[in-house]
Amino acid sequence: MATLLDFRRRIRSVKSTQQITRAMKFVAAAKLRRAQDGVFAARPYAREILRVLRSAAARMESTAHPLLERRPEERILAVVLTGDRSLCGAFNTNVLRRATTFFREQSSKNIQVMAIGKKGRDTLRKRGANVVADYINVSANVDYAIAKEIGGKIGEMYAAGEVDAVYAVYNEFKNVMVQRLCTAKLLPIDPAVLASETAEAGQSAAIGTEHEEAPLVDYLYEEPLGDIFSGLLPRYLEAEVFRILLESAAAEHAARMTAMDSATRNASELIDKLTLEMNKIRQAGITKELIEIVSGAASATS
Amino acid sequence: MLPETIELQVVTPERHVLQESVQAVEIPGKEGYLGVLPGHAPLITELGIGILTYHKGSQARYLTVIHGYAEVLPGRVIVLAEVSERAEEIDLARTLAAHERAQAEIARASAGDAEWRQASFALQRAMVRQQAATRGGAGAGAQEPGSSAS
Repeated sequence: MATLLDFRRRIRSVKSTQQITRAMKFVAAAKLRRAQDGVFAARPYAREILRVLRSAAARMESTAHPLLERRPEERILAVVLTGDRSLCGAFNTNVLRRATTFFREQSSKNIQVMAIGKKGRDTLRKRGANVVADYINVSANVDYAIAKEIGGKIGEMYAAGEVDAVYAVYNEFKNVMVQRLCTAKLLPIDPAVLASETAEAGQSAAIGTEHEEAPLVDYLYEEPLGDIFSGLLPRYLEAEVFRILLESAAAEHAARMTAMDSATRNASELIDKLTLEMNKIRQAGITKELIEIVSGAASATS
Repeated sequence: MLPETIELQVVTPERHVLQESVQAVEIPGKEGYLGVLPGHAPLITELGIGILTYHKGSQARYLTVIHGYAEVLPGRVIVLAEVSERAEEIDLARTLAAHERAQAEIARASAGDAEWRQASFALQRAMVRQQAATRGGAGAGAQEPGSSAS
């Protein structure tokens, strides 16, 4: 039978675990706030670059560009975004499961993998995926420089014809409780994105009408519009990559926060249960001693 | 009718730097500075490394801008910069240190290689920051005595 001392030890150990999980929860919450701010701060730029890109595209006769070129999809690059650390619930597992499903669906094609995050890199390597590039320690502090690097790399691979399509598998941050798994096509850039200037005109009517300006005035250029367009497209790709990195980081922190919150709660429950058990045993001991004293006294007086 | 002010918006991938109604803007284009007044013809330009100046009332304010694009519409200017800071935000001491570091780096590296290019980019950046900070600091100090203490 477990003694009182055993219980005390168990309780102490659970308590210290709980302290760790609680601290991790607070750290994750703080990081989540930062990541969320980052997601919001990145939106105006993404919106404006898309708008400028569209208005440039609308003024051009042909929008041929290596990043827009469509080829039969024979070789695919899958960008898989995971975290660098675990203890975040099913976050990494979910992404990797989705990635595996994706690989199976596309198994007739040649798949290369770019792993972002240590967990994904290690697991995918172990499973024998063709990991051609990896970036780690990204999610702790997402900055634009890394998005630029990754965007540049995939743009280069695509333009050089090394791959025919680029997909990203990642977690999208919906809210603190919910992450949504996404498989998004990064390249080739969908021409519909550029063409929807007229469809979007309705939305941005506020901007258009405010200055009483016809949507299609010709621009003055300092340099050929084609050059500007070719310069803008990679920036758009980088902004997309940046958004995905930020989403994934925010989702990771949210997942870790929820996981650590439930771990802390489970620890509390366990402590309560153990304390109850311990008290029962203590009480049993006291009762036994009392009976012994009473019966001892009874036998002495008789 | 021409608009009387320009809606200036400066955004970088990492943050929304500025949105204000201004009377005039000078943009550091890749091929040189260009001044924009309300009602300017639509224009797209690539940006270089330099200082963006905007005039609001009698005040001139400064921002550093490093690469990117700008779109000019009759009543609106959108600056999509890769990096941009307001003059008030710049830490002059740090910039001076970066300047010295970059100069040392350039002296050490051989001209033309990757390290040298990186260092000269850093030097350019540091110089623009310094200019903006001294101009912005001195200018703002003269017009708003209270702000120079901060």
